[in-house]
Amino acid sequence: MREGSAIELEDASVQLAGRAVWGEVSISMARGEFVALLGANGSGKSTLLRVVLGALALHRGRVRVLGERAGARNAAIGYLPQRHSFEPGTRLRGVDIVRLGLDGDRWGLPLPLPGRAARSRRRSARERVARVIEDVGGGRYADRAIDELSGGEQQRLLIAQALVRDPELLLLDEPLDSLDLPNQAGVARLVNGICRQAGVGVLLVAHDVNPLLPYIDRVIYLAGGRAVEGTVEQVINAETLSRLHGVPVEVLRASDGRVVVVGQPDAPALHHDRHMQSSLAAQGHAH
Amino acid sequence: MRTELAGPTASWNLASDLSQLLEYHFMVNALLAGSVAAVTAGLLGWLMLVRHETFAGHTLAVMAFPGASGAALLGAPAAAGYYAFCGAGALALGSSTQARQGSFRQRSAWIGSVQALALAAGFLFVSAYGGVLGDLEGLLFGNLLGIADGQLVALAALAALTLALLLAIGRPLLFASIDPDAASARGVPVRALASAFLLLLGIAVGSISQITGVLLVFSLLVAPAASAQALTPRPVLSLALTVVLGLLVVWLGLGIAYFSVYPPGFFVASVSFAIYVLARASAALLPRRASDEGDERTLDVQPDELVA
Repeated sequence: MREGSAIELEDASVQLAGRAVWGEVSISMARGEFVALLGANGSGKSTLLRVVLGALALHRGRVRVLGERAGARNAAIGYLPQRHSFEPGTRLRGVDIVRLGLDGDRWGLPLPLPGRAARSRRRSARERVARVIEDVGGGRYADRAIDELSGGEQQRLLIAQALVRDPELLLLDEPLDSLDLPNQAGVARLVNGICRQAGVGVLLVAHDVNPLLPYIDRVIYLAGGRAVEGTVEQVINAETLSRLHGVPVEVLRASDGRVVVVGQPDAPALHHDRHMQSSLAAQGHAH
Repeated sequence: MRTELAGPTASWNLASDLSQLLEYHFMVNALLAGSVAAVTAGLLGWLMLVRHETFAGHTLAVMAFPGASGAALLGAPAAAGYYAFCGAGALALGSSTQARQGSFRQRSAWIGSVQALALAAGFLFVSAYGGVLGDLEGLLFGNLLGIADGQLVALAALAALTLALLLAIGRPLLFASIDPDAASARGVPVRALASAFLLLLGIAVGSISQITGVLLVFSLLVAPAASAQALTPRPVLSLALTVVLGLLVVWLGLGIAYFSVYPPGFFVASVSFAIYVLARASAALLPRRASDEGDERTLDVQPDELVA
C-alpha cells in the first residue's frame, strides 16, 4: 500500500445552486480500503463523488485525492456513474462498452496501421479488455448487444469498464441499485475480490448496507448535511444516527446480522421510493 | 428533362439497363451525388441514433425549408440559406444540449418548439415571396435528376470535410454518447462535443438536402443506420453495413426511378423503408435472448456467489 490516503476531505462544504448540500465534512479513506458511502436520497452522496472527481468545487474546505488536488489524478480513478440501465436501442456489444474505458477518450480513430509495434499495441489492448471482462465474469455475454443483457450483466461490464485502466481508486455510484438480491450479493462479492486482490481502494455508494456487510472496512454516512465515518458498529447504531438525523432512530439487528434502520426521515430501507425515482428517470429517458 | 426520355423501358438484361442508365450525364451525376449523400448521411445518422438524437436530426433537416425559402426571398444564393439556417438551428439545439441525462424531456420540448418555428418561418417566407417560389416541390422533395457538376463538387468537398472531422472526434464522441458522466470524468469535453456534433449534422444536412430535398434527407439519415444497428451490435461491421445499405438505397431508388414516370425521391424513400422493415424482421428472427425472459436469475449469478 502506498503512502497517504486515497481521499481526504477537511472541513469541506458544498453548495449546489446556492443551497448547502453538506458542510464541515472531514473524512478520509485509506488506499486499498473498501468503504461504503451511505445516506438517504438527496443527502449528497453523488455530490461527494463529483467533488472527489474534481467536477464540483468545494465551497469551503480542502480535498485531496490520491495525494493531489481533486481532478488531477482522474486517470488513476475508475468511475462508474449512477445509471439504471442502457436504453433499448443502444446497439453496441458489451466488449465495446468496456473498450471505451480503455481508450474512449482519445481523439482520432485507431487505424489498422501495419507494422509490428502497432499490431502488438492492438493485441495488448484487446487482451487487456478480455482480461477485465474475465475478471468480472462477463466472458459469456460480452459479445452480445448491451441492450439485450440483464441489469446484473450490464453492471458487471460497467465495472470492467471502470477497471480496464488499472485504477488505484474505484468510485462506484449505486452499482447495486436496480439489481435483485442474488445479483446484489454477487456484485458486492465481485467488488470485494477486486479490492482485496488488486489492492484497489473502493468507495461504493449504496442505499442499503446489507449486501455489503460481509466485506466493507468502514462506512461514511451522510445525513442532515453532515457526515460521520467509522466501522459499521460505530456508525450504524441508534445513538449516532439519531444525532445525525436529528430525530430518534432505531437500529434493529436481525439474527443473520442484517441491519434495519427504523424511523429516519427518508428511510433508505424503504425500497419503494427508489423504484418511484427510477421509473421517473425512465420516463425522462423516453423520447 | 423527363419528357425527353420518352419512357425508357427496363429489360431483364441488367447490364444493358445499366449502360442505358449511365449514358446520361444527369443520371451519372445523380448516382454520384446520391452516393456521397448516402455515405455522409449514413455515418452521421449512425452516431445520431447512438445518441438518441433522431428528433434533433429531423429538426435540422426541416431547417433547410426556411433556409432555402428565406434565401429566395432575399435574392441570396440558395446554398447560403441552407447553411445559415441549418447551422443556426444546430446552434439553437446545441444551446439546450445537456450532458446530464435527466433532461431529455425538456430537450424534446425545446426541439419541438424550434421545429415548429422553422416550419412557420418557411411558410411565411414562401407566402411573402408571392406564392410563386420557383421550385417549392424541388425544395421539399429534391431534384436528384438535375444536379449540376458544380453542385456535385461542392457536395463532395463538404462531405470529405465532414467525414474527416467525424473521424477525428468519433471515439470521444461515442464515449460521451454512451456514458457522458464517465467520459466527462476522463476529461472528454462532453458538452462541447454534443454541440460540435449537432453543428456537423446541421451543415451536412444543409448540404445534402440541397440535392435530396428537405424531407428525403431524413430517410438517408435514419433507415440505413437503423437497419445496420438492428442487424449487428459490432460497431465496425455496423458502420460498414450502414454505408452499403445507404448506397443500395440510392442506387436502387434511382435505378427504379429511371424506368418510371414518378420522381426518384419517392423510390429512394420507399427502398430505404423496405430495407429497414426487412432488417427489423430478420433481426427479430435471429436467435437473440429476449430481455424479459429468464432475466437476472438464470444466467447471471454463479451458485457459489449466493453463499458469499
